[in-house]
Amino acid sequence: MAELAVDEELVTDCRQAAAEIADGVDKFISGLTTTSVERTVLRLLGVNGVDEEEVPVPNIMVRQLQEAELLKEGSAHNLGRALLAGNYEIDELAEAVARGEVFLPDLIKKCRPSREEVSSFVRELTEKKARKIINIRQEREELKQELSPGPRPWLYVIVATGNIYEDVRQARAAARQGADIIAVIRSTAQSLLDYVPYGPTTEGFGGTYATQENFRIMREALDEVGGELGRYIQLVNYCSGLCMPEIAALGALERLDMMLNDAMYGILFRDINMKRTFIDQYFSRLINAYAGIIINTGEDNYLTTADSLEEAHTVVASQFINEELARRSCLPPELIGLGHAFEIDPELEDGFLMELAQAQLVRQLFPESPLKYMPPTKYMTGDIFKGHLKDGMFNLASIITGQGIQLLGMLTEAIHTPFIQDRALSLDNARYIFNNCRNLGQELEFKSGGKIQNRADQVLAETAKMLGKIAVKGLMQSLEEGFFAGIKRSRNGGKGSEGVLACSRYYYNPFADLFRKELNSQ
Amino acid sequence: MRDPDSDIRSGQERKNSGGWQEKSADVDLKQVRPYGDTLNDGQIQLSFTLPVPAGPEARAAGRILMEKLGLKEVEVVHLKDLGEGFAFLIAYGRCPVSIDFTGIEVTQATSKTMSFQEINSFIDKHIGRQIRVVGACTGTDAHTVGLDAIMNMKGYAGEYGLERYPGFATWNLGSQVSNERLISKADEVQADALLVSQVVTQKNVHVKNLTELVELLEAEGIRDEFLLVVGGPRLSHELALELGFDAGFGPGTTPPQVASFLAQQLSEREK
Repeated sequence: MAELAVDEELVTDCRQAAAEIADGVDKFISGLTTTSVERTVLRLLGVNGVDEEEVPVPNIMVRQLQEAELLKEGSAHNLGRALLAGNYEIDELAEAVARGEVFLPDLIKKCRPSREEVSSFVRELTEKKARKIINIRQEREELKQELSPGPRPWLYVIVATGNIYEDVRQARAAARQGADIIAVIRSTAQSLLDYVPYGPTTEGFGGTYATQENFRIMREALDEVGGELGRYIQLVNYCSGLCMPEIAALGALERLDMMLNDAMYGILFRDINMKRTFIDQYFSRLINAYAGIIINTGEDNYLTTADSLEEAHTVVASQFINEELARRSCLPPELIGLGHAFEIDPELEDGFLMELAQAQLVRQLFPESPLKYMPPTKYMTGDIFKGHLKDGMFNLASIITGQGIQLLGMLTEAIHTPFIQDRALSLDNARYIFNNCRNLGQELEFKSGGKIQNRADQVLAETAKMLGKIAVKGLMQSLEEGFFAGIKRSRNGGKGSEGVLACSRYYYNPFADLFRKELNSQ
Repeated sequence: MRDPDSDIRSGQERKNSGGWQEKSADVDLKQVRPYGDTLNDGQIQLSFTLPVPAGPEARAAGRILMEKLGLKEVEVVHLKDLGEGFAFLIAYGRCPVSIDFTGIEVTQATSKTMSFQEINSFIDKHIGRQIRVVGACTGTDAHTVGLDAIMNMKGYAGEYGLERYPGFATWNLGSQVSNERLISKADEVQADALLVSQVVTQKNVHVKNLTELVELLEAEGIRDEFLLVVGGPRLSHELALELGFDAGFGPGTTPPQVASFLAQQLSEREK
C-alpha cells in the first residue's frame, strides 16, 4: 500500500489543538438549547402532523411553550405534563393542537404532578421511542448483511428533480447503472426554513424538499430496486441548516444511511448563527450516532471559494476539528465521513500530484473514517468532454488513495442539474477506472523527498500551525477573522439566533441523556 | 494565445497565405456548414436519452427523430440501457442546411477589454473616484463561484477580481440575497453598479429573479441610478438586455471584461 511518511508528533499536536478548540465550543453552547432541538425532541416522542396552514405541530407546540416561557424546562417535560393533564395519547394531543382545540400552556396548568412523576413518565416514553430507532438500525444492519453495499469507494450520485416521484424514477435508474448511494438534493434554501415541510412534495427548485414522507417514499423505492439487484442502496439527505436535528430525527426514523451534517458549513456558506448551529449539531450528531448514520462533513466547500492549493491545510484543520466535535457526540470514526475535494486548477503542472498528496495524507490521518471525496466543480466549464476527463482523473486519485465515499463528478457540472445520461456516464467512468486500477495503490510507493511527500509534509505542517492558532483564539474568533473559505462571520450574526434560549436548572433532554448513556457504555 | 480573429478569415486571405491552402477548398462564408473531416460534410454529433426501453426499436426511434430534425445519413453509433425503460443514444448525422456567416451580428457588452493597469488609470482619468459595486447571488441561489471569480481578490483565470483594483470599492453580499436586500445595500453605499450572479437555473427561476429586481428598481424610480449587470452560465448579453439589464456576461468571463465595461459605461454616463 502506498504510504506517505507522516510526522506523528505533528498529528498528536493537531489532535491536542482540536480538543482545546472543541472545549471552547462546548463552553460556548453549554446551558443552552434551541427551538429546533426542542422540536426534535417532540418529533422523537411522536409528535407529527400540520395544521390547516401547513404549520408543523412541533413548531406550534414549541411556539406556545416559548411564549408562555415554559420552553426553558424542555419540550419533553412540558409534553409529559400535557399528556398527564389531558389524559391524551401523543397523536390525539398533536391532532387537537393542530385543530387549535388545545393551547398547551393552558392544558399544562390544569394539573400539577410532581416533577419526578413527569420525568419518570417522560423517560419511560423516551425508552420506548428509542427502542424503535434501535430496531431500525438493526434492520439496516441485517439488510447490509444480506445485501452487500458494494466495495469502496462507494459510488454516490445525486438526484434533484424537485419532484419526489421523478426522483424515484431517476434514483432507480441510477441504482441499476451501478450507484451505491443516492442523495436527494434539497430544494435550494430549505436550509433557511425554520420548519420541516410536510408530506410528499412535487415542486422544488434545484432539488426536492426533505420531508419525512419523501424520505419514506425514496427508502421504499431503493429497498425494492436494491433487493432486485442484490445490493443495499444507501440513501442520503441533508441534516444541516436551521432544522438540522429535526432532519436527523426523521432520517433515524426512515432509515437514511448518511447525512450531510456540518455546522461549519452552515455558518460559512448559509450564514447561520454560530451558537444556534453548534447546539443543533451536537444533538443531531448524537441522533446520527445512535441511529448508526454516517455523517458527511463539508470541508470540500472551502476550496470552492478559497484557493485550492494555498488553502489546502484549512481543509485538514477543519477535519481535525470536525472529528473531535463528532467524537464528543459519540460518533465512532467509522461514522465520521470527513469531506474533501479534488479542486486544484487543472492547468497547474503536476496538479494531480498535489491532489494525490492531499488525498493520501487525509486517508492516513483518518484511517478509519469513510472519507467523502468531492469532484471537481470550480474549474468545470461547458466543455463536457474535458470535464469528463477531469472526473476520470478524480476517480483515479480516489482509487489509488482508498477513499470511502465517491461523490461522482458530472460532465455537465456548471451547466444544469444532471440529466439521466450524465449520471450514467459518470457511473461508467468511475466503474471503469475503479475496476481497471483496483489495486494500483497497493503497487505504488511514494518517493521519499519527492513532490508528493513534500507536498503532504507542507500541508500537515501548515495544518498544525493553523490549529495551534485557532486553539489560542478559539473557533468563534477564528471564524470571525475569516480563517476558513475566506469568509468572515460574526459571532452574533447569522440566521436563527432568535431560536437560542437558556435552559432552566430543571431542563432535561431525555433523548440526549439516553443516547449519551447508551453510546458511552458501548 | 490564439487571436480569435484569426479564425474568421475570408477565402481570399486564405489563398494569399499560400502553399497547401491554395489546393484546399475555400469556405464559402455565405453557406457555412458544420465541419467533420471534410469541408461541407455537415457532420453533427448528438447524444440524448429516450424514455423507451433500449433495443432495436429505440435505435430506430433515435434515427427517425434525427431525420425529423432534418439530419441526413443518420447513424446511431451507441445505444445504452439506462434501466427503468430509458435508452441513451449517441448518433451522427449530416446537416443539410447552411448559414450565411456574413450576415451575423452579435451584440457584446464591452467594446474594448483593457488590462488591470489600463482600467485603473482609465478610472482615474475619466471618473476620478472609485467605482462602487455591490454584488450578490440573488433569490435562493447558493452558488457564489461566478460572483467570487469576478469580485474576490483572487479573481479567475489568472486575472485579479474587482476587489483588488484600486479603482473599485466592492461589497460582495454572497449567496441567497433577496432583491430587496441588494437594493437597500446599493442605496446605503451609493453604488454605481449592481452585479447579480445566477447559477442555479432550474425551471428558469433565474429569469423570474432578474425580472423582479428590475421591477423593484423601477417601482422605486431608481432604475437609472445603477448600472445593472448580470452573469451566469445560462446568460448572454442579449438575454440580459431583454430582461432590462445593461449587460450580461456568460461563462468564461474574466474580471477585466466586467471592469472594463463598468468603467467605460460609467464614464459615458457621467459625461
